[in-house]
Amino acid sequence: MGVMKPISEARQEQGVTESVRVATGSEHPRTSPLSIHDMTVAYHRRPVLWDIDFDAPEGKLIGIIGPNGAGKSTLVKAVLDLVPKASGRVLIYGKPYRLHRHLVGYVPQRESVDWDFPVNALDVVAMGRYGQIGWCLPVTRPHRDAALAALERVGMADLARRQISQLSGGQQQRVFLARALAQDARIYFMDEPLAGVDAATEAAVIRILQDLRSGGKTVFVVHHDLQTVQEYFDTLILLNMRIVATGPTSEVFTRDNLQKTYGGRLTLLEEAAEAMARKGKDE
Amino acid sequence: MEWTSLDTWIVVAGALSAAACALLGNFLIMRRLSMMGDAISHAVLPGLAVGFLLTGSRGGPTLFLGAAIVGVLTALFTEWVLHFGQVEQSASMGVVFTTLFAIGLILIVRAADKVDLDPGCVLYGAIELVPLDTMDIRGWAVPRAVLTLGSVFLLDLAFVLLFYKELRISAFDPELATALGFNAHLLHYLLMTFVAITTVASFESVGSILVIAMLIVPGATASLLTERLHTLLLASVAIAVLSAVAGHAAAITVPGWWGYSDTTTAGGMAVVAGLLFTLAFFFAPRHGIASKFLHRARLSIHITRQDILGLLFRLEEMPSLETRTMSPALLRKVLGAGAMLRWLSLRGLLRAGLVRLDGGGYRLTSTGREEARSLIRSHRLWESYLYQHLHLPADHLHGSAERLEHVTDPVLQRRLSERVERPEIDPHGKRIPS
Repeated sequence: MGVMKPISEARQEQGVTESVRVATGSEHPRTSPLSIHDMTVAYHRRPVLWDIDFDAPEGKLIGIIGPNGAGKSTLVKAVLDLVPKASGRVLIYGKPYRLHRHLVGYVPQRESVDWDFPVNALDVVAMGRYGQIGWCLPVTRPHRDAALAALERVGMADLARRQISQLSGGQQQRVFLARALAQDARIYFMDEPLAGVDAATEAAVIRILQDLRSGGKTVFVVHHDLQTVQEYFDTLILLNMRIVATGPTSEVFTRDNLQKTYGGRLTLLEEAAEAMARKGKDE
Repeated sequence: MEWTSLDTWIVVAGALSAAACALLGNFLIMRRLSMMGDAISHAVLPGLAVGFLLTGSRGGPTLFLGAAIVGVLTALFTEWVLHFGQVEQSASMGVVFTTLFAIGLILIVRAADKVDLDPGCVLYGAIELVPLDTMDIRGWAVPRAVLTLGSVFLLDLAFVLLFYKELRISAFDPELATALGFNAHLLHYLLMTFVAITTVASFESVGSILVIAMLIVPGATASLLTERLHTLLLASVAIAVLSAVAGHAAAITVPGWWGYSDTTTAGGMAVVAGLLFTLAFFFAPRHGIASKFLHRARLSIHITRQDILGLLFRLEEMPSLETRTMSPALLRKVLGAGAMLRWLSLRGLLRAGLVRLDGGGYRLTSTGREEARSLIRSHRLWESYLYQHLHLPADHLHGSAERLEHVTDPVLQRRLSERVERPEIDPHGKRIPS
């Protein structure tokens, strides 16, 4: 806490928008895995995200945190061209998403699909290969093998033939993660992959995220648990319709920034303060 | 009744139309758009009417084109109402298709003065008339409707086979589909176009009401029977064909049993499809009510059997008692299971040679004693475990152990024994049999 204080005070003096500019830099390097320039997203003419300006460092685990309704999922969906942008530009390794979609892996929220759908775990993971396979061609052996290997990585190979409704919540989440692994991407977007999973799955997911990072991949994770933020992520985006702060976790995960992000939601802040105090003791 | 070539053509037409509808219907059900079949099959009416007014004929490409356009418009309007009106999906469909249907009806009534198009025919179909309107194909008189329906079925089949992977992913996870470059909206409208074309082709033979049944019922039935997409599609088509064959057979025989004349084949088909659904609802291997009941009953019998073995074993353990048999009256009192359950369990035990009757009472055979010993061992190991590791008070152990003993296999028992360091006696001071 003591180490962070001067930085947060410095940030406070600069003001919110200023801190964003400092953290992201003014020019957008072509090599950045993800660079977002001046993006605004609106639903029914009501803006959900304002003036998002961001350049991602490569090979980092990047947490996206913020209160409910902050636009965390929308940010991810806007990057993937799933919701229209009112303005702004998004580049994935220097090109628009539609030209570089093969570089991007996506894990939607687990609740976004119908788990009674008549497919087994392997079928779902094989969907991660569809992009490589292309229109109208069947899923061939090499792709099925790749899907099986991805299931193996999440420790689910023995459940490959299990109908997905018969999997536990944690197992379903692992299937989703395996599907993204099967995409064999360079940059990943995961929407709450740790929501409502058991401790064993959480540990397995984090281990895989760290593996991906060691392999030079960049991973964005929408995350809700402030307690584990410092432990899991290298870089943070604190979001509440605008980017409140972004940068290395050690610099931006401050009481001050959280206050700005979460507003008056005291319980959350207290949790975070507790986590920070604990972290301070550990060091 | 006499089966003639007319009956065969009627069944062929019915089966083709049912199979085509069922094949596409699966995707409507999976996308939770069952109502969309209803909506499109009503909403194509204005398309039909306009096509009809333009060409004056009831067949031909114009009619299909009109239907396809209105089918896509229905999907599009529904999306708009949903998006801008901010009402729920089924409400939005309801608004769109009733409006379009009404427009269609008005057009048909206006047109009916000039041309031969019967609103009743659109609703109920006229499958019995199918064999009368034939075309000559290499010397064969093939009904025109069979040709149309056959082409449409093949078209649908080709569509599903070609876009199998795309339809699957866009139905399961439209967002990922779109992110991967398989535009889920595009596929949605493509599917709706095929539904519209199929609907129009089926109108003449089975009518719009039956189209709705054939779009949904075979798929819903198949979904109770299988858990993989390709088997689901095959099963739904098989059910559709079966409904057509059995439906027609029933329509021309069943009324005769009571001295009535034949009823409509379309009606017969819908009724048979409904009956097949009911059968699946009760008797499907995993999802059926009867199967679930049977499974539960088997489990209860299994538990009761083990409880009886346990009781007889504990009886043998009591040194004060001379008798090693338990009278039926005593068993009834201590077991606390229903008479039927008790009877079934005892019968099973006697048949399996685990228990035998001895002078009016039950006693364990040597194999029965082995099984009972293992059960009691599990029970007492669990008690030790709960006591040692979960620190449950001694008087709370029995109930939990009683439930756990039934699900303990040899591997679990061994590991449990290692965990509690192979004790000789349980927390109540009773010997743990080895």
